Amino acid sequence: MNKNIERLYNGLWKENPTFVLMLGMCPTLAVTTSAINGIGMGLSTTVVLVLSNMMISALRNIIPDRVRMPAFIVVVASFVTIVQFLMQGFTPSLYASLGIYIPLIVVNCIILGRAESYASKNPVIPSMFDGIGMGLGFTVGLTLIGVVREILGNGSAFGVNIPALNDYHITLFGLAPGAFIVLGFLVAIMNVVRRKMEAAGKPLPAVQGCLSGDCSSCGLSSSCTGKSLVHNTPEEIPVDPKDVAKPQPETKIEVKHTANAKNTEDVEKSGSDSSYADDDIVGKEEDK
Amino acid sequence: MNYVTGLILLLVSSAIVNNVVLSQFLGLCPFLGVSKRVETAAGMGGAVIFVITIASFVSSVIYKYVLAPTGFQYMQTIVFILVIAALVQFVEMFLKKSIPSLYKSLGVYLPLITTNCAVLGTAINNVTNNYDILESVINGFGVAVGFTIAIVIMAGIREKIEYNDIPETFKGSAIVLITAGLMAMAFLGFSGVI
Repeated sequence: MNKNIERLYNGLWKENPTFVLMLGMCPTLAVTTSAINGIGMGLSTTVVLVLSNMMISALRNIIPDRVRMPAFIVVVASFVTIVQFLMQGFTPSLYASLGIYIPLIVVNCIILGRAESYASKNPVIPSMFDGIGMGLGFTVGLTLIGVVREILGNGSAFGVNIPALNDYHITLFGLAPGAFIVLGFLVAIMNVVRRKMEAAGKPLPAVQGCLSGDCSSCGLSSSCTGKSLVHNTPEEIPVDPKDVAKPQPETKIEVKHTANAKNTEDVEKSGSDSSYADDDIVGKEEDK
Repeated sequence: MNYVTGLILLLVSSAIVNNVVLSQFLGLCPFLGVSKRVETAAGMGGAVIFVITIASFVSSVIYKYVLAPTGFQYMQTIVFILVIAALVQFVEMFLKKSIPSLYKSLGVYLPLITTNCAVLGTAINNVTNNYDILESVINGFGVAVGFTIAIVIMAGIREKIEYNDIPETFKGSAIVLITAGLMAMAFLGFSGVI
């Protein structure tokens, strides 16, 4: 039981997917125009995440390792389709405002990432709590960003008009540029928090997903050979102490390395400058 | 004639007015991850144009001639993502064997695109908007051109940003996101065009 509560705490706070791991940025930017949309997207992702975690965990000994990724994708896509039709039937207005981002839950890094790194290695019940924790953490993140954008952009919160702000809202924050700018400031704030925590001797887990510029955390990384764009040589992949604690399956590591080596050659052969490796990993600079 | 005008408008609309990155937020991962050098960004853009155009065509053919007649429309998400993943692998193998020169310039970027939500998003958008096959291809091409425009501009700006004195806190992805916000603001100016 303790382990399950630890999973919830882990998802909601310690490794919050929005604020700490910075995963799933496409829906984060797109649907946080209001707090209600944020909650809706967060909860539908949670449902998919919990169900797919449970299913993948239950099937973890049946699915052959080689076809792991396609199998995960089919499981996730089936649950997404179910959730999509339920939402279309029961919450049509929310369905309309979330639109294309509901089917796109399939490619959300959080879901395949959790399937790969947790559910495929752990029993059903902890996987379920892992899904609940991560999903609620994502929901809280989206809701908070949604509230901020709604107050700044529309002068309301959760759909309730705030009279004091009637003349003082900036419509831009409800539109696309506002999303990027709010997220930019969020990353900056998290950079400060990161540095403070590091100074206090309790460093936060590293940023994963798109914002780290590091594909290795992505759920599909084992089938992705394009990593050499970010890391030119396998030696340069920063080793996360967390990853060492949770060793990856042997085959996956082999795939990664051969893929990287192959692509390094390709890049060099093509004669383009090999300066990709010089690039610092975005968002990890402050860790140094 | 009206049909042709519609196609041109569709192309402009999907490439510039409803830019896939800056107003739809699709394909953010490569937009943030592969936009450090202009050459890399252009290569990525080329690969995306190639893949999205083909994927739009294939997915809309499959939808029209396989899913719709058999009443399996509700399988679209599952079918599309598998088709796209298989397609990218296939395109990679085909290029490697038949057009090595093109493979050399685009090859490394291709697998990166499988997980790109812009490809799946475009395929689903084509179906949702009831585009026919030609319209789907044009829309896919436009979306990809929009992506290329955005990522190349971004890479150009980032090459300059490197020499600037930015506050320590904003270094890395924070300043990139705020720059993207300013670019999105500029693209917002196109919103009245069509």
